[in-house]
Amino acid sequence: MAEIIVKNGFVIDPARKIDGDVADVAIKDGKIVDKVGSGAKVIDAKGKVVMAGGVDVHAHVAGPKVNVGRLFRPEDKLFKSPMAQDKFRVESGFSIPSTFKTGYDYARMGYAFVMEAAMPPLHSPHVHEEIHDTPIIDEGALPVFGNNWFVMDYLKKGEVENTAAYIAWLIKATKGFGVKLVNPGGTAAWGWGLNCLSLNDPVPYFEITPAEIITGCLKANEYLGLPHSVHIHQNNLGNPGNYQITIDSLKLAEGIKPKNKFGREQVMHSTHIQFHSYKGSNWGDFESGAKEVMDYVNKSKGLTIDLGCVTLDETTTMTADGPFEHHLNGLNHLKWANVDVELETAAGVVPYVYDPNIKVCGIQWAIGLELGLYAKNMDRTFITTDHPNAGPFTRYPRVIKWLMSKKAREATLNSLKHKDKVIDATHIHGIDRELTLYEIAQMTRSGPAKCLGMSNIYGGLAPGMNADVAVFDLNYKNMPSDPEKIEKAFQRAACFIKSGEIVVKDGEVLDHGHKRTVWVNVKMPENPQVKRDIAQSFTKDYTVGIDNYPVRDYLVPHPFVIDVNVEA
Amino acid sequence: MPKLITQVGCPYCGSSCDDIEVLVSDDGTKILEVHNACIIGTNLFFHANDSTRPMLPRMRQPDGSMKEISFEEAVDWTAKTLLAAKKPLIYGFGSTNCEGMSAVGRVAEKSGAVLDNCASICHGPSFLAIFDNGYPSCTLGEVKNRADVVVFWGCNPMHAHPRHTSRYSIFPRGFFTQKGQMQRTIISIDPRQTDTAKLADIHYMLDQGHDYELFDAFRTVLRGHDIPDVVAGCKKEDIIRGATAMKKARFVMIFFGMGCTHTDGRNHNIDIAISLTRDLNSYTKASIMAMRGHYNIAGPGQVWSWQFGFPYCIDLSKGTHAHMNPGETSSIDLAMRDEVDCFVNVGTDAGAHWPIDAVKHVKKHPFITIDPNYCMASEISDLHIPVRIAGVDEGGVVYRMDNVPIQFKAVLKGLSGVPSDEELFDMIYERMCQLTKTEPVWLAAKEDRKYPVKV
Repeated sequence: MAEIIVKNGFVIDPARKIDGDVADVAIKDGKIVDKVGSGAKVIDAKGKVVMAGGVDVHAHVAGPKVNVGRLFRPEDKLFKSPMAQDKFRVESGFSIPSTFKTGYDYARMGYAFVMEAAMPPLHSPHVHEEIHDTPIIDEGALPVFGNNWFVMDYLKKGEVENTAAYIAWLIKATKGFGVKLVNPGGTAAWGWGLNCLSLNDPVPYFEITPAEIITGCLKANEYLGLPHSVHIHQNNLGNPGNYQITIDSLKLAEGIKPKNKFGREQVMHSTHIQFHSYKGSNWGDFESGAKEVMDYVNKSKGLTIDLGCVTLDETTTMTADGPFEHHLNGLNHLKWANVDVELETAAGVVPYVYDPNIKVCGIQWAIGLELGLYAKNMDRTFITTDHPNAGPFTRYPRVIKWLMSKKAREATLNSLKHKDKVIDATHIHGIDRELTLYEIAQMTRSGPAKCLGMSNIYGGLAPGMNADVAVFDLNYKNMPSDPEKIEKAFQRAACFIKSGEIVVKDGEVLDHGHKRTVWVNVKMPENPQVKRDIAQSFTKDYTVGIDNYPVRDYLVPHPFVIDVNVEA
Repeated sequence: MPKLITQVGCPYCGSSCDDIEVLVSDDGTKILEVHNACIIGTNLFFHANDSTRPMLPRMRQPDGSMKEISFEEAVDWTAKTLLAAKKPLIYGFGSTNCEGMSAVGRVAEKSGAVLDNCASICHGPSFLAIFDNGYPSCTLGEVKNRADVVVFWGCNPMHAHPRHTSRYSIFPRGFFTQKGQMQRTIISIDPRQTDTAKLADIHYMLDQGHDYELFDAFRTVLRGHDIPDVVAGCKKEDIIRGATAMKKARFVMIFFGMGCTHTDGRNHNIDIAISLTRDLNSYTKASIMAMRGHYNIAGPGQVWSWQFGFPYCIDLSKGTHAHMNPGETSSIDLAMRDEVDCFVNVGTDAGAHWPIDAVKHVKKHPFITIDPNYCMASEISDLHIPVRIAGVDEGGVVYRMDNVPIQFKAVLKGLSGVPSDEELFDMIYERMCQLTKTEPVWLAAKEDRKYPVKV
């Protein structure tokens, strides 16, 4: 593989506390190195910003519910798809782009790794088929556990070790990455058309509470010492007044210590927290709970969060929180898809328009940004839009613009029909903070990489790390006064090198690169009880054979496997 | 020693049973016994033993006869024919694996083809309804474990999906349905006294073509309003009895088939069926599912949705973007308007399934069949290219009617020299790239494909 040197850029690498130093980044054989020979290909980054490839901690980019969204929304393609280019596959879709467009668009923004946020285990071959058809970017996928019958059954009996053994088996069988919980207990209740809206609502039949599921999974995750922590979408998403239950469930992480060999410091990642930071008792007196939530997050070391910023677009909501999507459908009366998955989870999909003319949408927009602006530790606060739920991932540059520019926020605020009501219900108008490029790099690079336990591979520019290098057309010493230029620069990287290959130049994709699927192989002594329980369930309860359940190796042709050894 | 292979997937209907046991001869070339499958599935496995299975492509000669040619020649002819055509139609894919459906995407883009699957003449109206109204559904295990009211609307699984009722919908004892059939109320809605109707607790023998009215009556009763004494030929008290059973159920499951999608009303029938399901969710839990016909006909809907954003009727002829407009870009309509100038029939039998006028139109132009067996389409083709049988001598992913991916395995060694669909499409694609002097687009997958192409 050729040698490359990115010369004279303003390097921003929070992993090494480098903030805007003019330096060179040398690349050889897909890794970052100290120096290269004089024959190396030179990328001139003079007057531009150089960062590591972006790391997206949470996006729905591959799998059954994403594909339901694509399938049942032909209108998402109409007039919204770019024209195909020679040497590349056809691109289609806006809020739920095709796999090809997903890969190309992330690369255009300089992203190297994306975590598929919710993989139903039964559908894991589907998720991997889509990942396989997504070019350029490295991906992993988090199987969902929060409503799994085995997990609920073991935890009801207080069997953390058995839970851990089951989690280890399932992560390996699905070639997954970690432990995702979505509306723990609530989605299981949805099997009967019910929900768990508080931490103490018992799940029908299983008689276990969401609080017990969360606590048990936190313990099992640390028992295994996985690279990533428990990744949770909390109960009672999207309802006014839910900030209290959000804080209560975050408190469950208190007293649990991180135990792993991957440099991860948190025990809980609370995702798209915007949807969980609502005050008020109904949509009439709906207001921001961002301050209360962030006051708690800022003082708790064991937590990381991602924002889930609303971008005021027409988009497609999709989540394993089946009862929520049914509830949402009752609010907007658009089409509704649902998939209940036997023994494991459920999912729902509903199109949604975050309309700037609607007061609630404006408040949601403000809350997402407030959370980022109230954050004290940017290495624990990450930029997402919960793609595509609060907006498509292609809007990250816009979110960055809003976070970096009060002027841009005020412009959007002024465009809202109910500007005054939004100002009354939120804090955004009074916040003057403007984030720096260094803080943006923390939120999109070093932070999420560390949170995922992969800070030695992604999110930094230290020698030995994966050679994912993005160059953006922004002058660190002389930032543009027009915030639109910030968005534009992050939308299309001036250059993006992925695993040592130049895949994007001047915002255009050049090459399909070499993508990888990252999964975690947990090795632990066999647990005869769990083995027997799994075998029995496949003969009685499932409708597929246990032989045909684990994802076959050929479906993951470019694996990058992280081994985790659990001692007995 | 013959070898018993267990948990084999069945290449027949949309039930995609994966509990088949197949006894295979010592050398892995003959199927000796098939256990657990229905009679149709069993016969499909035994078909693979047929010593007259085609092993080489056959090309139509000027005198009308078919002559065996090499795969290289067949690939070359197909590539040239596709490139020469202004608007080829590539159709079928009910009975092959997803690997093939994924590979054909490149061929279709390169040739500016229309890509369509059997849903176009099958559950196409259901897709239209899903675009409009959504699809509250579930996996078949949910039906087995929870459903206590099961509605079969315009479908007859006892014949069309023979093991559906025993594996998923009527008889099995599931986790919350330990009493099996005893615990379930079965409702059949069919103008005919089918074998499924005979099993039902309530059979609505409605007037043919009046499905929409009956759905509407159920919705009206559910919402507490009065209905006429007779609707669609069914008595008011019977309708109230059925509606009450659904409302009081813990989990209602509605299966619908061709009797609902292809009678008067078509997509509107499915639309109101989905609305009924949505209504029921205000009182209890309800789901709906299309009885998909072939073992992997849900596959192209999935694969092409993630590749192009549409499940069927995908027009790539503009070369710049994918476009779907059923009625305009659907196979039969294209054929009837004589808009396509090359036809490729893959893993299905358009010769048997299509209206004869449509077949006559596509027959005016080059007609290629890619299928493991002789069929009506292969016999009227200009070129027939045999491939391995997905599910018998070729593995791969298939999507069951509930869109659950099942990883099928090969039980036999493939016929020597015969490629899989995936390999064949990749060969055609590479040849098209050679002919046009362009670089193939493999994403990252090329070097690790299951069967790298040797060209």
